[in-house]
Amino acid sequence: MTQSQLSSGDTAWVLASSALVMVMTVGLAFFYGGLVRSKNALNTMMMSIVALGVISVTWVLFGYSLAFAPGNAVIGGTGWLAFNGVGVEPNPAYGATIPLQAHAVFQLMFAIITPALISGAIVERMRFKAYVAFLVLWGALVYVPLAHWVWGADGWLFKLGALDFAGGTVVHISAGVSAFVVAKLLGPRQGFQRTPLVPHNVPLVLLGAGMLWFGWFGFNAGSALAANGLAALAFVNTNTAAAAALVTWAVLDTLRGGKVTAVGAATGAVVGLVGITPAAGYVTARAAIVIGMACAVVSYFAIQKRSKSKLDDSLDVFSCHGLAGMAGALLTGVFATKLANPGAADGVLAGNPGQLWIQVIAVAAAIGLAAVGSTVIFFVVRALFGVRPEVKDEIIGLDLSEHGEEAYLGGDLGGLAGPGVAIGEGVVLSSSHAAAPATR
Amino acid sequence: MRLITTVVRPERLPEVKAALFRAGVTGITLSRVTGHGGEREVIEQYRGSTVVAEFREKVKIEMAVSEPFVEPTIQAILSSARTGDVGDGKIFVQPLDAVIRIRTGERDNNALTAVNADQVQRAAIDAARGAGVEEGP
Repeated sequence: MTQSQLSSGDTAWVLASSALVMVMTVGLAFFYGGLVRSKNALNTMMMSIVALGVISVTWVLFGYSLAFAPGNAVIGGTGWLAFNGVGVEPNPAYGATIPLQAHAVFQLMFAIITPALISGAIVERMRFKAYVAFLVLWGALVYVPLAHWVWGADGWLFKLGALDFAGGTVVHISAGVSAFVVAKLLGPRQGFQRTPLVPHNVPLVLLGAGMLWFGWFGFNAGSALAANGLAALAFVNTNTAAAAALVTWAVLDTLRGGKVTAVGAATGAVVGLVGITPAAGYVTARAAIVIGMACAVVSYFAIQKRSKSKLDDSLDVFSCHGLAGMAGALLTGVFATKLANPGAADGVLAGNPGQLWIQVIAVAAAIGLAAVGSTVIFFVVRALFGVRPEVKDEIIGLDLSEHGEEAYLGGDLGGLAGPGVAIGEGVVLSSSHAAAPATR
Repeated sequence: MRLITTVVRPERLPEVKAALFRAGVTGITLSRVTGHGGEREVIEQYRGSTVVAEFREKVKIEMAVSEPFVEPTIQAILSSARTGDVGDGKIFVQPLDAVIRIRTGERDNNALTAVNADQVQRAAIDAARGAGVEEGP
């Protein structure tokens, strides 16, 4: 193996895609941050941002090795612990023309955003330390094995021929199902179904959705691991499905309430992106439109139903990622065609009904691992740290009670009264704060 | 001396301010308030949640005026704040025991006369006339 096998174009695209996927996690922070109340905005955004720190370290230490190093059908080996042996030489199993390090860092960005997706289900009511512990354990015990099953060269779902181009099962079904489980176990927020728990900043939601859409080109088109026709196919399908889902959502909004909502448009786009993720490199643009529309319908009605239920999946992670991920994974088995990707498999419509069955197995495996893994991890974390803040802290807001900060310092009167009075050595007496009465 | 408090629609505030200035009422205090009159509720939808906004944004204007200004002030507000729909607001008139200007310590009616009231009133009337000339045929 020599340097000459490397393609500078492929390497450049995969590295750029890694950076695009990194931006998605920041976009997710804005998307979720805008959807919560102002007193929990920082806490919610930090739930995504902290994953950039924590998972980056665990991925280098053991995550990448256990997911991708040669091992057995269930788990990767220990050969690449601490990135030993992960060098600039390509590995034919993971992109024959890019350095293995480029593959490792691209996969890292997926490992970061996936557990961060779960946070949307448990916002505004979980101790931050407990959340970080959950993040680390979930990344190690659910994400890593599942990534190995589906993408590892010796993983059992990979060998079975399950089609998951960019992570419908690994990322979205696993995160969505875990979100359902954890939201159920954690219980609802104070005031759930009694007081309005509504977005505090819809422009942030739109900003976040836009960043997610932008980054998703790296997520899906980068999953070609090369700058080639397959990347272009995935890029086109990604945009097409997002657009079709946005339009479908707007139509459904209009039928229901007579108006197109901004939160709905943002949600619709994200749902379309989720749905096309497993299919992006296997289907035609026409199929991408159908997949986007179908996922939007599934998620839309699931959200309506969830809102009236007792489940406080606060930002509807299960409806948006779990269900749209399942719909996308199954529809991949329907619409996949060698006309779009000669190197892959046909689906039902191209005369290969068996592919749908393989997709069902992959979906079921992801659901099973995520549900069991999340349940076990939740109870371990609860025993070690305690998961719910005290009621008074939850009512004050987690920005103050968990982080000692506020997103909007001083609230409405802050600008008038000034931010506070410095009393020396960096200690400041604040004249007011936003979320709580000024009793000390 | 009376304390006149009025609650009006925020979108009518520029017109109300102009009308008060034309009437010579230059000392006003504004606050953003929320409240409920008899108007219809606003319904907002966020994904699956339907939120009924029971309270509406309004602007509260407070002004202390001497007796000869009470009726002109009321007329200025009525002519400028009214749209004819439910939710136009209210005017409250209360007696006032004392007024003291902090800068000089002057009291009562002396404290109520704005130093530059004439100037402000003349400018406001000129502005209104100018706008009328431009808009008129």
